[in-house]
Amino acid sequence: MAIELKMPALSPTMEEGTIAKWLVKEGDEVSSGDILAEIETDKATMEFEAIDEGTVGKILVPEGAENVKVGTVIAVLAGEGEDVSEVEAPAETGDSKDEEADSTAKAEPKAEKSDDEQGSITPSKPKSEPKSDPAIPDGTNMATVTVREALRDAMAEEMRRDERVFVMGEEVAEYQGAYKVTQGLLDEFGPRRVIDTPITEYGFAGIGTGAAMGGLRPIVEFMTFNFAMQAIDHIVNSAAKTNYMSGGQMRCPVVFRGPNGAASRVGAQHSQNYGPWYASVPGLIVIAPYDSSDAKGLLKAAIRSEDPVVFLENELVYGRSFELPELDDHVLPIGKARIVREGSDVTIVSYSIGVGFALEAAEKLAEEGIDAEVIDLRTLRPLDRQTILESLAKTNRLVIAEEGWPTCSIASEVIAICMEEGFDHLDAPVLRVCNEDVPLPYAANLEKMALIDAPRIVEAAKKVCYV
Amino acid sequence: MARTAKTRKTPAKSKQQGPVDDPDFALHSLQEAFEKAKSYDASEDEMMEFYRQMLLIRRFEERAGQLYGLGLIGGFCHLYIGQEAVAIGLQSALDNDKDSVITGYRDHGHMLAYGIDPKVIMAELTGRQAGISKGKGGSMHMFSTEHKFYGGHGIVGAQVALGGGLALAHKYNEDGGLCLAYFGDGAANQGQVYETFNMASLWKLPIVFVIENNQYAMGTSTARSSAETEFYRRGTAFRIPGMDVNGMDVLEVRAAAEVAFRHVREGKGPVLMELNTYRYRGHSMSDPAKYRTREEVQDVREHKDPIEGLKKVLVENGKSEDDLKSIDKEIRRIVSEAADFAENSPEPEADELYTDVLVEEY
Repeated sequence: MAIELKMPALSPTMEEGTIAKWLVKEGDEVSSGDILAEIETDKATMEFEAIDEGTVGKILVPEGAENVKVGTVIAVLAGEGEDVSEVEAPAETGDSKDEEADSTAKAEPKAEKSDDEQGSITPSKPKSEPKSDPAIPDGTNMATVTVREALRDAMAEEMRRDERVFVMGEEVAEYQGAYKVTQGLLDEFGPRRVIDTPITEYGFAGIGTGAAMGGLRPIVEFMTFNFAMQAIDHIVNSAAKTNYMSGGQMRCPVVFRGPNGAASRVGAQHSQNYGPWYASVPGLIVIAPYDSSDAKGLLKAAIRSEDPVVFLENELVYGRSFELPELDDHVLPIGKARIVREGSDVTIVSYSIGVGFALEAAEKLAEEGIDAEVIDLRTLRPLDRQTILESLAKTNRLVIAEEGWPTCSIASEVIAICMEEGFDHLDAPVLRVCNEDVPLPYAANLEKMALIDAPRIVEAAKKVCYV
Repeated sequence: MARTAKTRKTPAKSKQQGPVDDPDFALHSLQEAFEKAKSYDASEDEMMEFYRQMLLIRRFEERAGQLYGLGLIGGFCHLYIGQEAVAIGLQSALDNDKDSVITGYRDHGHMLAYGIDPKVIMAELTGRQAGISKGKGGSMHMFSTEHKFYGGHGIVGAQVALGGGLALAHKYNEDGGLCLAYFGDGAANQGQVYETFNMASLWKLPIVFVIENNQYAMGTSTARSSAETEFYRRGTAFRIPGMDVNGMDVLEVRAAAEVAFRHVREGKGPVLMELNTYRYRGHSMSDPAKYRTREEVQDVREHKDPIEGLKKVLVENGKSEDDLKSIDKEIRRIVSEAADFAENSPEPEADELYTDVLVEEY
């Protein structure tokens, strides 16, 4: 059967081109891989190769022809045992039916059609209800524990529970952790499961991600999330996207954890909140707890999750003590915010170290007769819109306090949610209280000016209450 | 433990001992072992299978190029034509029950080398529901966890660190497996490759690093991009032994794989193999190919083609042209069926837009 050679596309956007040169003539024998012609567009030249063996029957579009549409039959090849002289142009041999079939098939994946189709079957985004925290049984003893200890205990418990869980990072083993979060783990679990890495964030983030793909459950500690900038490619491109790109085949149950946000007087390169960065990436879970109970319960949940988790801690909070229920297995739901203080006049939404400032602000507001509700988001992705909106429906006023830059922040996102889904409940514009929009300065006075604090939250809350 | 620093210029005074005691010997010992028996002694069946598999990759890729030209395949499409002996020679030496493989975006050949159904690979290229990634990955993002093939990665060099992680998992689980991590001469200049070399050697991870040196990083020749173009030497600073292999001869590739894999399986840590090969086609389908001459490509095709090379050996061993022709015919049929399937199977359901983002519900 004669084989039709069609004008090829050099790129998905090419619609037509020029046949710059024919390198074969009618009657030539060709085999696969032989170059038949040179095709040109304004951008590039491509050699057009034979895919099949045969004899060039007819050249239908001559050298130099311009604006030849992609898919046009430009030559006909006679197959083995066929007589070249009998090979006709497709229109005369009745092969045009094939041509039509081909062009239909070709048109099929084009965007216009699928757009139309999608107009009628717009897929609905699956909705899931965030789960509530499990009830703490009556009589449970409440221990006072630092956030640092809570995080360590979460890792130790999960390592005892699941042999696949291990920790890797800089100074996590023999040094006992740069911020002592992994203290004691080497002694209990040994160097196989508590692995000191060289200072090589991109490399070990990739190795951790690959180990998760290979079936382990790595906890990758970054000494601070500032250094994870070197590794962000693996967090975003390798860990977050692979399950989707593989149609659900690949799993990547890795936890990236470490301190995030401003510490104290460490300057601009060591003081940044990456919450909004990671929270913008589909495929990631982003958790940023404040107190010991949430730190422990959510880190345990993160380690058990089948999905990649970015777990943002805060150096200034590591040493703070909070009550923690003494339970055998204290695991909290990912994706659920917590009302840490109930109130009726205004809602203050925050997360991580901001929650401390928000609570301090709420106390001050109470002295002035304003009853503030404080919500700790705890998980930044997926964000618990429901808790925010329910609180807004109750108080009709909302402020968000975030230790981070204001532009493209979690604060911006919460404002967008309130606008889109809570507009009818708003009695005042939502205000954000964020760090100043500058790299963090070193000087003590300037640093203080740049970071959020309780008085600024109080001021914003009063503003939305029109007091 | 202090290791005496030595350079090639000041070789160890070997104190009447053999090269085994020379700490630098480790870096070239594998090459020496390989030089002693450079061609794998394949049975006739094995050779026929190599031939069949290489031809399948060649014909599959030619067809993919054709479908791209017809607009059925979109985006980026990197063809493996010319490099077939690398994937076949190496992967035929794996223990598929234990070992894992990871590669970059030029991944169709590595999938076919596993015997994965060409239909689901071609259907992925055309973005259909029946594709191996449900049409959501495309040419560069294909995986088969069933075969321990971990992709298919689009960020140049990322697969090297990820491969290090797969190797860490083999060691952690003591499963006896190794990871074969492929990357190109272009990726070989990425920093994370050396970060991984360091940790892999430090921790003696069971990994074989394979540089498929096809001479061009996109349009930049190795001479224009690389201070050291003898890529097998690039592990030296990390004490990783290197091997310099002709990637256009499947029997040589297989022989080298035997030496390298044995070393890794003995727990001696990583090996770096440089497979010298050549891609006949452009970097991707939209490559204008202005950076090399047609004569250069034609010369490799005529004198070094891996399929023609093996065909010659088969004919010398008594195979008839007809035997080989019938294989070719059979492969053309398989590839045609794959192309028809890929062209005619439906696009993903609209609901697939939201599936597989996360595994769990929160």
